[in-house]
Amino acid sequence: MGLGAGIHLEGVSKRYGAGDTAVDALKDVNMSVAPGEVVGLIGPSGSGKTTLLKCLGAVIEPTRGRMTLGGEVIYDNGWQIDDRRVLRRDRIGFIFQAPYLIPFLDAIDNVALLPMLAGRPNAEARARARELLEALDVAHRAQAFPSELSGGEQQRVSIARALANRPPVILADEPTAPLDSERGLAVMRILHQLAGQYQTAIIVVTHDEKIIPTFKRIYAIRDGRTVEEAGEGRGLSA
Amino acid sequence: MISLAGRDILHSWSKFALTGLGLGLLIGVTFTMAGVYRGMVDDAKVLLNNSGADLWVVQKDTLGPYAESSSLHDDVYRGILGIPGVARAANVTYLTMQVRRAGADVRAMVVGFVPGEPGEPAFLIAGRRVTRSHYEAVADLTAGFALGDRIRIRRHDYTVVGLTRRTVSSGGDPMVFIPLKDAQEAQFLKDNDAIVSERARTAGNPALNRPGVPGLLDAIEASQTSNRNVNAVLVRVAVGHAPETVAEEIRRWKHVQAFTRAQMEDILIAKLIANAAKQIGMFLAILTIVSAAIVAFIIYTMTLGKIREIAVLKLIGTHNRTIATMILQQALGLGLIGFAVGKIAATLWGPAFPRYVLLEPWDAVIGFGIVMLVCVLASTLAIRAALAVDPAAAIGG
Repeated sequence: MGLGAGIHLEGVSKRYGAGDTAVDALKDVNMSVAPGEVVGLIGPSGSGKTTLLKCLGAVIEPTRGRMTLGGEVIYDNGWQIDDRRVLRRDRIGFIFQAPYLIPFLDAIDNVALLPMLAGRPNAEARARARELLEALDVAHRAQAFPSELSGGEQQRVSIARALANRPPVILADEPTAPLDSERGLAVMRILHQLAGQYQTAIIVVTHDEKIIPTFKRIYAIRDGRTVEEAGEGRGLSA
Repeated sequence: MISLAGRDILHSWSKFALTGLGLGLLIGVTFTMAGVYRGMVDDAKVLLNNSGADLWVVQKDTLGPYAESSSLHDDVYRGILGIPGVARAANVTYLTMQVRRAGADVRAMVVGFVPGEPGEPAFLIAGRRVTRSHYEAVADLTAGFALGDRIRIRRHDYTVVGLTRRTVSSGGDPMVFIPLKDAQEAQFLKDNDAIVSERARTAGNPALNRPGVPGLLDAIEASQTSNRNVNAVLVRVAVGHAPETVAEEIRRWKHVQAFTRAQMEDILIAKLIANAAKQIGMFLAILTIVSAAIVAFIIYTMTLGKIREIAVLKLIGTHNRTIATMILQQALGLGLIGFAVGKIAATLWGPAFPRYVLLEPWDAVIGFGIVMLVCVLASTLAIRAALAVDPAAAIGG
C-alpha cells in the first residue's frame, strides 16, 4: 500500500512515564488504511487500542515513529504538526461509543457545527448537514434534539457529524457498542458505504464479535504490537 | 456561527429562568438596600426643603435641631430679625414622639410652627392650613392620616385639617405640624399628678416659699409649668445676601450657632445617617459577594455538567475561545435575567417598605454594570475548568 492519502503508521511507539515505572503502551506499530477502506482494530482491554486511537486523533503525541493522515505527515520522530486542533477539525472525523451529541443543538446543527467551526457560512453548513442526514436516513429527524432521538438515530447523527467536514480519516471508537446486533450491522453497512462514497479511510476500534466479520482487514493489537489479519468481509449486504 | 450559549439557554430555558429568578430576587434585595440608603438621603434633603429656610439657628456648640437637641429662648428670633440680610425668622420645635390616632400609636415628628412663617408646610395635598391658635394639625399622608382624624398628643386632641406628602423626619417618621404654643407645651407638659406633686414639692421648699415674699411661689410654679424655649429659629435670607455671610453675622452677634443649607445637609447625611449608610454599605458588599458566589457556583456546576460535551467540542476542533465565550455568554445571560428580575422586584416591593425606597435610574445603570462585571468574574472559574478539559477524555478509556 502506498503512502498517499489514508492512514499510515510506521514504527509508532508510545511510552507513558519514565524510568522503572515506564509503560510501553505502543511498540513499533505499523498500519496502513487506504482511502475508502474500513479496517477493524481489535484487542483485549489494556492492549493499547485507545492509546493508538488517541495518537491517531492527534490528542496525544507518540514517543517516536511516523504518522501520515490523509497524505499529510502529522508526526515524525519528535516533530509534530503545529495546529492539532485544526487538524482534528478538518481532517479527522470522530465517532464515539456513545454519540456524545451536543444536547442543546438539534440534529442538523449538531452536524452543521463542524463546518461552521471551520468558517463555513451557516446556510452552506446546514445544507451539507442535511445532505448527510439524508444519506444516513435521519433527515426526517433533523429538527429533533438528541434527547428526542433513539440510540440508533443518535449514532447515525454522530456519523453524519464525523463526515461533516469531509475528512479523509474517520476514527470510530466502539461505534456499535450501545446498539443491538441488527443496528450494529446497519451502522457498519453505513460506514462501509460512506467510506466508498467519500473515499474516507476508517478505523473501527471494536470488541463487538458480531461486526468483526464485516471487516476485510483487521489489525489485532496485543501488548502494544499490531498484527495484520485478513477479515471475512461479509454481512454487509442489506 | 450559531450562538452555543444562546442555544443552551433556549434549550434549558426553564432551568435558566428559575436560576435567574433566584438570582434576581437576590439582586432585587441589593437594589432595595441601595434604594433604602438613597431614600434616607432624600428624606434628609426633603426635611430641609420642607422647612423653607436658608439658615438654621440653634443652641451654641450643638448640631441641632435634627442631629442633636437644641434649646433657644423663644425671643431670640426678634434679635435675629434685626440683623442685616435676614428677611424672615421664626421659631420652630421638633419632637419625635408617639402620638395616638384611633387608639393606635403612631411614631411621628411633631413640629411646632408659626403659621405663615418658615417651618410651615410648603404645600398641602388636601384640606387647609392651620388657622386656629390651638388643637389643629397638618399631618403627613404616609402614616395613613386623613382629614378629620383626631390625633392625641400628650393630653390634648388635635384635628387634622390638612394633609401633606413626603414631609418626614430624617428617620423617616411622618411629620405632624401643630401651632408653636401647643408644641412648646407638648414638650414639657406633665400629667396632673406630676403637676400636683411638683407644686407640693416646691411649696415645701422654704427657699422658694418665703412668707415675706408674696407672689414668689406663684411665679416659680408658673415658670415650672410653662416653656419659653424652642429648638431652632428658621431664617430666610433676603434677596441679594449670601447665606454664609448672614450666618456669620448671627454667630458673631447672637452667640448662637447658625448653619447654612450646605452645612445642615452635611450634618444630616455625613453625621446623622453615616452609621446607617455604613451598615447598608456593608450589606451591599456582602450581598454583592454572595451574588458573585452564587453566579460562580451556578455557572461552575452547569459547566461541570457539560464536561463530556466540552471534551467532545474540543476534540472536534472547537477553539478554546469559542468554549470560553459560550460560558461567559451564559453567565452574562444569567446576569441579564437576574438584573431584569431584580429591577422589577425592587420596583414592585419598594413602595411596600415602611421607609421611603428611592430607586435612582443611575443606580440601576451602575447596578447593571456591577452585575455584568460580577458575572464575568464569576465565570472565570468555570472557564478555567472547561479549558482544563483534555479532549482525549472524549475517547475511550
